[in-house]
Amino acid sequence: MKILVCISNVPDTTTKIKLAEGNSTIDAAGIQWVINPWDELSLTKALELRDDAATGIKSITVAHVGPASSEPVMRKALAIGADDAIRVNADSSDAYYVAAQLAEVIKKEQFDLILCGIESSDYNGSLVGGMISEFLGIPSASAVSGIKMENGIPIITRDIDGGKELIELPVPFVAIVQKGIAKEPRIASMRGIMLARTKQIKVYEPLAVETLTNILILEKPAPRSACRFIDAENPGELIDLLRNEAKVI
Amino acid sequence: MSVLVYTENWDGKFKKLSFELVSYASAVAKMAGTSVTAVSIGKVEESELKKLGNYGAQKILCAEGDQFTVLDSQAYAAIISEAALKEEAKIIVISNNNTGKAVAPRLSVRLKAGVGSGVSKLPLNLNPFTVYKRTYSGNAFAHVVIKSDIKILTLAQNSFDPAETPNNAVIEKFEVTGENFTGRTKRMDIQKQSGKILLTDADIVVSGGRGMKSSDNWAPLVELASALGGATACSRPVSDEGWRPNEEHTGQTGKIIAPNLYIAVGISGATQHLAGISSSKYIVAINTDKDAPIFEAAQYGIVGDAMKVLPKLVAAVKEIKK
Repeated sequence: MKILVCISNVPDTTTKIKLAEGNSTIDAAGIQWVINPWDELSLTKALELRDDAATGIKSITVAHVGPASSEPVMRKALAIGADDAIRVNADSSDAYYVAAQLAEVIKKEQFDLILCGIESSDYNGSLVGGMISEFLGIPSASAVSGIKMENGIPIITRDIDGGKELIELPVPFVAIVQKGIAKEPRIASMRGIMLARTKQIKVYEPLAVETLTNILILEKPAPRSACRFIDAENPGELIDLLRNEAKVI
Repeated sequence: MSVLVYTENWDGKFKKLSFELVSYASAVAKMAGTSVTAVSIGKVEESELKKLGNYGAQKILCAEGDQFTVLDSQAYAAIISEAALKEEAKIIVISNNNTGKAVAPRLSVRLKAGVGSGVSKLPLNLNPFTVYKRTYSGNAFAHVVIKSDIKILTLAQNSFDPAETPNNAVIEKFEVTGENFTGRTKRMDIQKQSGKILLTDADIVVSGGRGMKSSDNWAPLVELASALGGATACSRPVSDEGWRPNEEHTGQTGKIIAPNLYIAVGISGATQHLAGISSSKYIVAINTDKDAPIFEAAQYGIVGDAMKVLPKLVAAVKEIKK
């Protein structure tokens, strides 16, 4: 079985976001780029599955849509343990465009299990994984918090609104993963880093696909009003303010 | 042309979420000078369907069928896109909850419709069609133009107040048969969360962080949540330590919530935590460290020991609820 993990590169999640001149993008100066946290969880899960010989999973490929400048993030995925990497040479904030490119990669290379993070921490779209599955006409499961292999068949745990379900889907399918799927992300070993340097990143040129959305402008959230402090000895005052001033209780 | 809204039911009942969605769709329809059609999937009694009318739906398409008791994103997307084509809908409204996240992207590809995901306001402009959405996990907001003929909006939960006015909606059976509408998801087990207020539905949330020191100290926090009729949540280190279940983790990689009131107890307020709660209408912080960043996000704060403050708050709430 072959696994594909789709990865996006995003600003490190502790970054203080500043806007660039013209406010249509963020100021990239000094930003540390990392693997999107949910994609990193997907990769960790893929590695856990491959480590267990009984799963029959032979290889893990990572795919990314982005310019050459995003290759360090792909090298990191290789250093952590992915076997191959594919980059589609394009740059877009439109989920439809990105998903169409990844679907094309999957058509060419054929995978049994495709893992995508439930959202990216930059555009917060929660779209690419579901779109890939529709482009390919294959099943998908969203909000996946567990995957285990039973006699060669993947069994999925997913969150529904108001509970959890255990489901089975025919392969190939897309699992759109969230928290709980894997514990701590892995750290690259020195050997992994050395190996990753020598691996080839396959580059595909993008398909001509139209974009359906574009970002016109970004703005910073409105600053909140200053905090009003209440004496710790008299917290009843807080309840009074919540009831009579904020009117929320 | 109309605005189509997908209204999800839970065991045949609609929740506040569905009424929020219909109210939102109705406000969008008013902007666009058109009407609202709701689409419901699965078995729902007529008296329950009628309720959607009171929030602004003129027509309700009801796709019944036993096969729809399990969420299958392919089958659901097929039904909703069929309804959109039948109604010639140019705008489709869906929740940004787990179901919406499963269905909306598929619908987008089927209809070649751009998605404004996690919107929390009415469209800023109809021409060009511009929506306001959260990006960079709440650290920036974007004006996004949707260029396609059909537009899909996924609405962030708790971001639009339901508005009720008596109105009679027309209910139509929506026949969907055939392979397209037959899902391939096989359910083997289900665990429903019962008896508890769902974190993403809650108007009031009381949340604990590492400052709570141990899972043994949670009783007064749970008591405060229960006295306020709210849900409990926690920060990431707490769920990672196993003090509280993963489902309670709010923050960037956990649940993103927008309650009316969020009470953060012993939570320092790291960027990643704020990303999950910054859309709350009011934030209260209780922390021993007066310099904790959570106080910059909060409107009300108490500098003090949670173990001493919480019981007093419980007593004060019980007093006013008498």
